[in-house]
Amino acid sequence: MKMQANTYSLETIRKDFPVLNRRVRDDKKLVYLDNAATTQKPNQVIDAITDYYQNHNSNIHRAVHALAEESTEAFEVTRDKIAKFLNIQNREEIVFVKGTTEAINLISYAWGRDNVQKGDIVVTTEYEHHSNIVPWQLLTQETGAELKYINIDDKGELMLEQLDEYLATGKVKLVAISHVSNVLGTITDIQKVITKCKNANAKILVDGAQAVPHMKVDIANLGCDFYAFSAHKMLGPTGVGILWARKEILENMKPFHGGGDMIREVHKYETTWNDLPYKFEAGTPNVADVISFAAAIDYLAKIGMDNVRNHEIELTKYALEKMSNVKGLTIYGPKDPQKASGVISFNFNDVHPHDVATIIDKNGVAIRSGHHCAQVLMEKLNVAATNRASFYIYTTKEEVDTLIDSLEQVAKVFKL
Amino acid sequence: MSGDPIYTEMIIEYSRNPSNFGKIDNAQIKRHDSNPLCGDSIDLYLSIDDKKISDVKFDGKGCAICMACSSVLTEMIKGKDLDEVKKFEKDELLSELGLEHLIKTSPVRIKCALLSLKALKYGIYSYFAEKMNDAESAGNLKDEAANLY
Repeated sequence: MKMQANTYSLETIRKDFPVLNRRVRDDKKLVYLDNAATTQKPNQVIDAITDYYQNHNSNIHRAVHALAEESTEAFEVTRDKIAKFLNIQNREEIVFVKGTTEAINLISYAWGRDNVQKGDIVVTTEYEHHSNIVPWQLLTQETGAELKYINIDDKGELMLEQLDEYLATGKVKLVAISHVSNVLGTITDIQKVITKCKNANAKILVDGAQAVPHMKVDIANLGCDFYAFSAHKMLGPTGVGILWARKEILENMKPFHGGGDMIREVHKYETTWNDLPYKFEAGTPNVADVISFAAAIDYLAKIGMDNVRNHEIELTKYALEKMSNVKGLTIYGPKDPQKASGVISFNFNDVHPHDVATIIDKNGVAIRSGHHCAQVLMEKLNVAATNRASFYIYTTKEEVDTLIDSLEQVAKVFKL
Repeated sequence: MSGDPIYTEMIIEYSRNPSNFGKIDNAQIKRHDSNPLCGDSIDLYLSIDDKKISDVKFDGKGCAICMACSSVLTEMIKGKDLDEVKKFEKDELLSELGLEHLIKTSPVRIKCALLSLKALKYGIYSYFAEKMNDAESAGNLKDEAANLY
């Protein structure tokens, strides 16, 4: 099976990922379908981490010795690569944090506490990850502002007419929304949402944790105010997140954390702040992992995000077709692969997802089961939990087949 | 499937037809507990009559392991004296269903197996503290519940 890229076959891609050769449980071939949680890492990224610790390890932005200069430069190269990858005009708008969660919390604290007041409205949606709900609960509870939800319809898509109603009040200060749902895979019509918010003078934060790894994202053309994502969901190491925000907003924000590197001058009772983005990067950052994240960006750029997307559409289409023939399988979210990323949430008869996952794990199949940090959505779907299979650039149709065949084992155990 | 079995006939049967499933109105002890990471969520109800558990029920949503263990736990403690129940250990419950191996093999699924026992220990801990003025037993039970898994 070939990917649509001319230069890259699935076979050559898989060779770059040593863990895909693992055998698990009873010597079963690993079938890794939990990519929405975190992706595997290619040798290029693993080697970059090793190379950093073996040859360059040093703190950055301070010392003048050779290692410090090399590390500082490599660290800043990643920032430039991110800018190019996402069409970001100003590199100083890219802030390194430890993950999407920290990025959203940074905005909630450093922007929200000064810009959201009693009587204001913050809007989020029913299909958010807890990391895009709880920070807004904390903010609205503390300030006396109101938190409103955009509901989802039967197809797992947002009912955007509700956003119109909220915006019409003139009280909406911020809309915080996923670019892609981590449970349903639904792709938000983000351009439409952003236009609506801009027309109503509301700020818009996009949680792109499930979007940037899977499709081409062009931040300059999107026109949002804040965008957040994580390296580990796109072949990179854990512990690196990226917050992008408009320069004029970052300039007017107070710092989030105080400490080293974020200062210009510190006196006994007052401090002046460093320039952007360093004003928001207090303390020694995750140097090794930021540096090796560049290898992940290179890897994806080489394949091409359109090819990544097409591969996932093809796999999702294949999986949905095959799964529609399995008796007792309920699929949540869009049935149109064009409207979703490579994520399929499902339940199998009335078997609890944890039982499904445990049984197919014996076959080497790794899926996620549970509420996926989206309990608001689980309530809406009226289920305690779901199973979620999620694909990436190295996933094959044969692996999808193994998943579906493994469900027969579940049916057998539960005498369905 | 090879290895230590989890999904035995007994577990499947209990998960299909749980024992003592339901609510008790006016139960003296009611305890809710859940496993935040996997979504098992149960309520345990106990009626106490002369220091004896005269009735016990549970309801909620959970996986087969959680349902089976909750069923067996309620069967094992029904009619028992509270002083006896307070000494109840997790091994007694797990061995009843042949799940002792979970302690070693599955730190995730052991939480499903022991959720109802945790609810029981927390539930009777407050009863010992408030209704029976037995601070020592209450303290022990609270520690056991907190360190169950």
